[in-house]
Amino acid sequence: MAELQLADIIKPENKVYGKSKIMTDTPLHYCYGCSHGVVHKLIAEVIEELDIQEETVGVAPVGCSVMMYNYIDIDWMEAAHGRAPAVATGYKRVNPKKYVFSYQGDGDLAAIGTAETMHAVNRGENIVMIFINNATYGMTGGQMAPTTMVGQVTSTSPYGRNVDINGYPLRITELLAMLPGAAYVTRQSVHTPANVRKCKKAIRKAFENSAKNIGTSFIEVVSTCNSGWKIDPVAANQWMEENMFPFYPLGDLKDGERDSFEQFSVQKLKK
Amino acid sequence: MAKVRGAVVVDQECCKGCNLCVVACPENVLGLHKEVNSKGYHYSHMVSPENCIGCMNCGMVCPDSCITVYRVKVPVEQD
Repeated sequence: MAELQLADIIKPENKVYGKSKIMTDTPLHYCYGCSHGVVHKLIAEVIEELDIQEETVGVAPVGCSVMMYNYIDIDWMEAAHGRAPAVATGYKRVNPKKYVFSYQGDGDLAAIGTAETMHAVNRGENIVMIFINNATYGMTGGQMAPTTMVGQVTSTSPYGRNVDINGYPLRITELLAMLPGAAYVTRQSVHTPANVRKCKKAIRKAFENSAKNIGTSFIEVVSTCNSGWKIDPVAANQWMEENMFPFYPLGDLKDGERDSFEQFSVQKLKK
Repeated sequence: MAKVRGAVVVDQECCKGCNLCVVACPENVLGLHKEVNSKGYHYSHMVSPENCIGCMNCGMVCPDSCITVYRVKVPVEQD
């Protein structure tokens, strides 16, 4: 049998994987090897699979992903720094049939937007929250963030993060998993093909939860910022695996629906 | 018994040469090109196309969605 030529394989009917139709043709402005691109792609793929392009609204954060509306062809809103869950709450309450998701980084969600994040999850809003944790402020040049690891060198902690001065890294996903309003809280990563598949499954589940009206779905994606960490993408993935995964273990922290709290509801006060 | 053959098409202008697809490939098919694209990145390309099995790992990890994967099943004639 004659050897198969490349031209015989590269035909539209043989295509098994390609760019999602929901992604626009604009090239991503992110640095090479940035995890943002993978997560954008997964969100676009999930929206395409669920066929909810017309019903989905994204809330973009402040940070590297501020121009996310250029890349995914759905409706978008831009929120002030840290306020994406609050904006998403408003949109979801006015349009309960829409799929609303917020997309934030660690400086946005875990630092300036902690109050909005905690209260949106505590209220059990039916939104999807996607949290990109790269342990640094990537956009502004790799400064120390609340999620920066102990001993990690950043541009504002040149001798490494010191717990006596800077405190401890914040595991916000564990905090949110304790709140009664959360339906699905998980921590994922996108550094290997297997993890990318798992993360896509988690995002899909979160969007499906959004339609079922069972509470907030929160996905943390442990990511790399090779420009902020000042190493190359492959080394960044390795560093993340060795140093971040012991502190930020991957897996589901809560999977169910928001608590009813019937046992704690009290009688009306008699006057 | 059927053999699987794959092929990868990289959008060379979109590729930023991050090397993640090269590391993710189980058959060492991909590599970075000696030449650069218009932005100055060493883009990814197939070094040994005959080994590709179309497993989609490279496409999965590509942050810039610039990889398209094709796959065919080749029936093996038994002697």
